[in-house]
Amino acid sequence: MAELLQHLLNGLVLGGTYALLGIGLTLIFGLMNVVNFAHGEFYTLGAYVSFAALALAGIDFFAALVVAIVAGAALGWICEVLLLRPLRSESIDTTMLVMIGVWIAMQNAELLGWGGVAKSIPHPFPTAPLVLGPVAIAPLRLFVLVLAAALIAAAWLLTQKTKLGRAMRATFQDRDTAALMGVGIGRIHAATFAFGSGLAAAAGALLGPIFLVYPSMGDLASLKAFSVVILGGLGNLPGATLGGLLLGIAEELGAGYISSGYRDAVGFVIIILVLLLRPSGLFARQERIA
Amino acid sequence: MGKRSIVVLALVLVALAALAVPGESQAPIKIGVIEPLSGPVAASGNYVRMGAEIARDWLNAKGGIGGRKIDLLIEDNKSDPKEAASAAEKLIVRDKVPAIMGAWGSSMTLAAMPKLEEYGVPMVVETSSAASITKRGNPWIFRISPPSEMEALGLEQYVDKLGVKRVDFLAVNTDWGRGAITAFGDMLTKKGATVGAKEFMDQSATDMNAQITKIKATGGDTLFLTTAVEQITLVMKQAQEQRLGRKIVTTGGSSSPTQLIKQAGAAAEGSYHIVFFMPWFPESMPDGKLAKAFVDEWAKRGHPSEGLTEGFRGHDGIATIAEAIRVAGKDDPKAVREALWNVSLMGVNGPIKFDKDGPAGKESGQSRPSIFVVQIRDGKVALPDFLAKK
Repeated sequence: MAELLQHLLNGLVLGGTYALLGIGLTLIFGLMNVVNFAHGEFYTLGAYVSFAALALAGIDFFAALVVAIVAGAALGWICEVLLLRPLRSESIDTTMLVMIGVWIAMQNAELLGWGGVAKSIPHPFPTAPLVLGPVAIAPLRLFVLVLAAALIAAAWLLTQKTKLGRAMRATFQDRDTAALMGVGIGRIHAATFAFGSGLAAAAGALLGPIFLVYPSMGDLASLKAFSVVILGGLGNLPGATLGGLLLGIAEELGAGYISSGYRDAVGFVIIILVLLLRPSGLFARQERIA
Repeated sequence: MGKRSIVVLALVLVALAALAVPGESQAPIKIGVIEPLSGPVAASGNYVRMGAEIARDWLNAKGGIGGRKIDLLIEDNKSDPKEAASAAEKLIVRDKVPAIMGAWGSSMTLAAMPKLEEYGVPMVVETSSAASITKRGNPWIFRISPPSEMEALGLEQYVDKLGVKRVDFLAVNTDWGRGAITAFGDMLTKKGATVGAKEFMDQSATDMNAQITKIKATGGDTLFLTTAVEQITLVMKQAQEQRLGRKIVTTGGSSSPTQLIKQAGAAAEGSYHIVFFMPWFPESMPDGKLAKAFVDEWAKRGHPSEGLTEGFRGHDGIATIAEAIRVAGKDDPKAVREALWNVSLMGVNGPIKFDKDGPAGKESGQSRPSIFVVQIRDGKVALPDFLAKK
């Protein structure tokens, strides 16, 4: 029983990190219809910026997190304006190819700049675990889970309850009508991409201290983020959150009770089943936009 | 064309010819190197490269081989077996190297091996531990690192002193990890220990909590951990988070205790590590003087001290190939392979000399490297109590 509870807690913590990766991508992929292969690279960027701010510039952990988010959002904005804006009327395949290029360029730039040796981000939390009855959790992981929940809630409020969020949804539902209603289309596109990239950078800065930071760390993150988005349904924030938790818990239980050698296979079997049985995602309320 | 220009042209041609002739006979001897310089195990691969460069520079400072300088052609296998195979092909076909050192991970080495046989070029294996590498009947393979079986035999004498009764395994899901579980599992079962969980992790996995929770439930006393230092760091931190409370023994010699002390901190306290080089006490190595010189040179170059336990592999691999080329008297792949059977030299690890291993008629070479056990105690690397001189 204690083992099952610990597995569930591990799965929840892992799932929270997947959800955080997934919501940034679901905004870009689901709302903007850009297959963003570079999502994992913004995650890596966040981790490296946080490392640089902490280890080289010497500012504190929480300020470094903010710097990472700002850097991720800023680069996302630049990326949208320079690369995606000229291609707005092109097909989804064209932008996908561009994003594959961005992925390769960013990963190799990180390799060039930082070298291949993994870095470890220091953090101010105690390493001794918090013991809650039969289970244990590291304070840093608890912090990450709480902050992930807060970021997810903030993203949901932004898209659902604010004027900017309404403008975003309107733009991606029907760009021409939104423009006629006085929505600044260009700004909305850039803001959405910057927001999604900022969330990826936040995930990198948060998970960097738990794991290690190296140039190819984004590949695994991209893979998980795409899985989560497909599970939850495109553009569906609550879906991405639940999808992330589901994936985390499924992998954890699969590794715990089936075989740890097939840990990733468990997640992908679920994704194949979802694609076969509910192609628009487990938690989809509506058909895919565009 | 005036007379003057003809004279100038003639002079230029003569000068070019003069440059070309000695260049021809003094062309450097090329040695191929395939290491993971990027990807999840990049740290280790880069350290091996640094060690290889030290060997090259030392040899060149002594005048090279027969007056010819040594040139290393270093390829990145990106921690990926597919890349290892194409790197081997490139080194052989395009660069025409007479010998290769590589390719760190067992899966990468195994992937490169068919290319060696196809083109007939020998490879000195400096790190890989999977038994299958020398058992497959590839006569172009010469291994200076110990296979897991040899490592397990080296540890056998200490099993009682370590107090291993009920053991669990956690290993990277590659040829290396799977081979290590078999080898150490067999040895420990023979010594009367019971084997509990056998768990695996993907090479790029970062969250091992599921495996640790499962291992915790078996109630064993020791965890044998086989992977590279990056994942060892993560497992140790996550084991501490879950209060696993086991004796941890790492195998494979890629645990870099110095880096663990830095990056895993208290989580690494008390753990035991099988290593093939003890840079903390070079005087205890078979050739204390060479070991000391290597440690000093490493520090002089500003390389991180945590890389020494990998770096020596690069030195020993290049020293072995260079010795074979010297014995052969030419840099021809076939001649170098024949010469490898006759080399006998002292590496940083200890004596290097190849015995035959694998199916008769197609044997690979296997050296008998020295194996050591160290412990992390009070934030420092120390000899375990049962080995320390009283």
